[in-house]
Amino acid sequence: MSSVVDHTPLTHLKVLESEAIHIMREVAAEFERPVLLFSGGKDSIVLLRLAEKAFRPARFPFPLMHVDTGDNFPEVVAFRDRRVAELGERLVVASVQESIDRGRVVEERGPRASRNRLQTTTLLDAIAEHRFDAAFGGARRDEERARAKERVFSFRDDFGQWDPKSQRPELWNLYNGRIRPGEHVRAFPLSNWTELDVWEYIAQEELAVPSIYFAHERPVFVRDGMLYAWREGAELLDGEVVETARVRYRTVGDMRCTGGVRSAASTLEQVVTEIAATRVTERGETRADDRVTEAAMEDRKKAGYF
Amino acid sequence: MSAQGLLRFTTAGSVDDGKSTLIGRLLYDTKQVLEDQLVQVAEASRRRSSDGGLDLALITDGLRAEREQGITIDVAYRYFSTGRRRFIIADVPGHKQYTRNMVTGASTADLSIVLIDARKGVLEQSKRHAYISALLGIPHLVVCVNKMDLVDFREGEFTRIAAEMRAFLASLSVPEVTAIPISALRGDNVVDRSGRMTWYHGPTLLEHLETVELEVDHPDETPMRFPVQWVIRPGAAVERADRTGAFEDAHARPLDTDYRGYAGQVASGVLRTGDEVVVLPGGQQTRVAAIDSYDGTRPEACAPLSVTVRLEDELDVSRGDLLCTPGEAPVVARELEATICWMSERPLRAGDRLWIKHTTRSAQAIVVALDERVNIESLEAESDVDAFALNDIGRVRLRTSAPLMCDPYRCNRATGAFVLIDSAENSTVAAGMIQAAR
Repeated sequence: MSSVVDHTPLTHLKVLESEAIHIMREVAAEFERPVLLFSGGKDSIVLLRLAEKAFRPARFPFPLMHVDTGDNFPEVVAFRDRRVAELGERLVVASVQESIDRGRVVEERGPRASRNRLQTTTLLDAIAEHRFDAAFGGARRDEERARAKERVFSFRDDFGQWDPKSQRPELWNLYNGRIRPGEHVRAFPLSNWTELDVWEYIAQEELAVPSIYFAHERPVFVRDGMLYAWREGAELLDGEVVETARVRYRTVGDMRCTGGVRSAASTLEQVVTEIAATRVTERGETRADDRVTEAAMEDRKKAGYF
Repeated sequence: MSAQGLLRFTTAGSVDDGKSTLIGRLLYDTKQVLEDQLVQVAEASRRRSSDGGLDLALITDGLRAEREQGITIDVAYRYFSTGRRRFIIADVPGHKQYTRNMVTGASTADLSIVLIDARKGVLEQSKRHAYISALLGIPHLVVCVNKMDLVDFREGEFTRIAAEMRAFLASLSVPEVTAIPISALRGDNVVDRSGRMTWYHGPTLLEHLETVELEVDHPDETPMRFPVQWVIRPGAAVERADRTGAFEDAHARPLDTDYRGYAGQVASGVLRTGDEVVVLPGGQQTRVAAIDSYDGTRPEACAPLSVTVRLEDELDVSRGDLLCTPGEAPVVARELEATICWMSERPLRAGDRLWIKHTTRSAQAIVVALDERVNIESLEAESDVDAFALNDIGRVRLRTSAPLMCDPYRCNRATGAFVLIDSAENSTVAAGMIQAAR
């Protein structure tokens, strides 16, 4: 192993990294059956590197899980499988299509249909089936107003619900991992990171990310001011036309509700520069699921969303 | 790549002191409010405020339940940065009934801002906020005298309030107080220097936040404490994986099954390779063979780095044990005297049994006695207490089922702090700060 000598004051990324590693080890120590939610998105890519930093040279003391809507970007699914193989860890795939086939949820219809809402049931079913008692997520408090008050250990009752009015106080770095059977905790090691921190960390650690985070040409159509990826079978509304544009994604959600941004940023450095100069929030720009009502995220989180 | 430090601060103020406006101003003037947020704020300002102007307080307006009640019900965390530092704000509601939130927000803060309305002067609540900041051992305290525009930016009001707070804080042994006259609404001395208070020569609030000295930059000043969090043993990980089914196809990677490392976060001080260390509570002595991290071995690691330590001798070390330097050991104790903030609707009485979590160690605790309660109005101690109610602060004596490695909280926030957990409900019911232990 190489030797590191470092006498400079700690950077914010080093402090955030240490805090996140501490959180991951606390979860591993205090829960019986944790799982790490890995979507192939940038935040969960960072989670995987932090897990390596927390637990190597041993294997992770938990499997990874992806909730596959069936409408994920193919580039992201391919990336997911590559990364999992590289790490030599185990991946559980929970499928929204299977939830539909089993009658657990009913597919939305029409041109604005998405499977975003359905994921919640699939996720909660998978947590119950595998008896997971803690699930790592990549959520950050800077993402959205309802998230600003979420705990690092976010307690969920046996309906998977988040109750913002009766959250456990969280003091110092002393996280309370006590739960009853059937309950679980969502653990968010990146709570204190911002979108820019995540990108700077990806650049610093030279982490691979799915190609859709970089500018590329693809057929898109404009709806409600956002650029959606056109895919085979997509239903268009009156007046919507498919055009080819150079875009990049800031988040990798379900294809049907994740918009791209026009961009020429084709390297990590260019992406970091673009994020640093951006004038619109990540969710405001690219996530149709948060636009439905002013309190959209709060409602979904109460129901057990990520 | 930027090499900014990180400062965590908390804000407290009474209702209508302009705390939300101050945070909105900091975010707005440092250009952290993005266009879609501004559009939402502008729309909400038109709907809700009387004059329709941009209401900066709405930038941090959170949950719907709070908007309906027009108050903040919980600690919210905000993020902003300048070229020099990243900042995390614990935005704490100022209502008396939310003492527990103030304690929560203050527990991780390096700096506390106490906001005072220039027209109203120092209120009981202002003292309470300062008291809790001092109790939680926040190293830096800033008194912001706000709404200076409403007293025509007069120096007299500011000087009087600053002097009164300094005198009060001296009685609480707070080492450093900075007072700044501001108008959050108009933007004076928050980010930009005011042209209307030329009599003030100190820093603006942001200048102060950017330059105040951080404890993490002086790790050598505190004895080394390393609570073991997790034992990294690739062989054992395979055993666990077999139990939980995590790797049915565990195969791929050859594992170094002889490796045994103690993972944790340096809680204080500096850990160095070759150092003599004591493992508590057992008391065995050994040396640090290596400090590992994913990025390579390190000659040393200072707080708050998360690392993995290998020891020269094969000892039985597990989660909850603590490594420290011989001669600088904390007290290994099962009897604690502590100040706690009680956070549950259910009252606390002598004889109650709870869980205690202290560093990475959990144990049972029995409340031996409630010694005194602080009257949060007068800040005077009241003895003869039979129960603590929600938001009470007071002194207790505890006995624990296992030894804890304790430092007084005023000497070490990491090894002096604990939480109490209700053994039936599993809820976190108290924040505790150790005063003495044996």
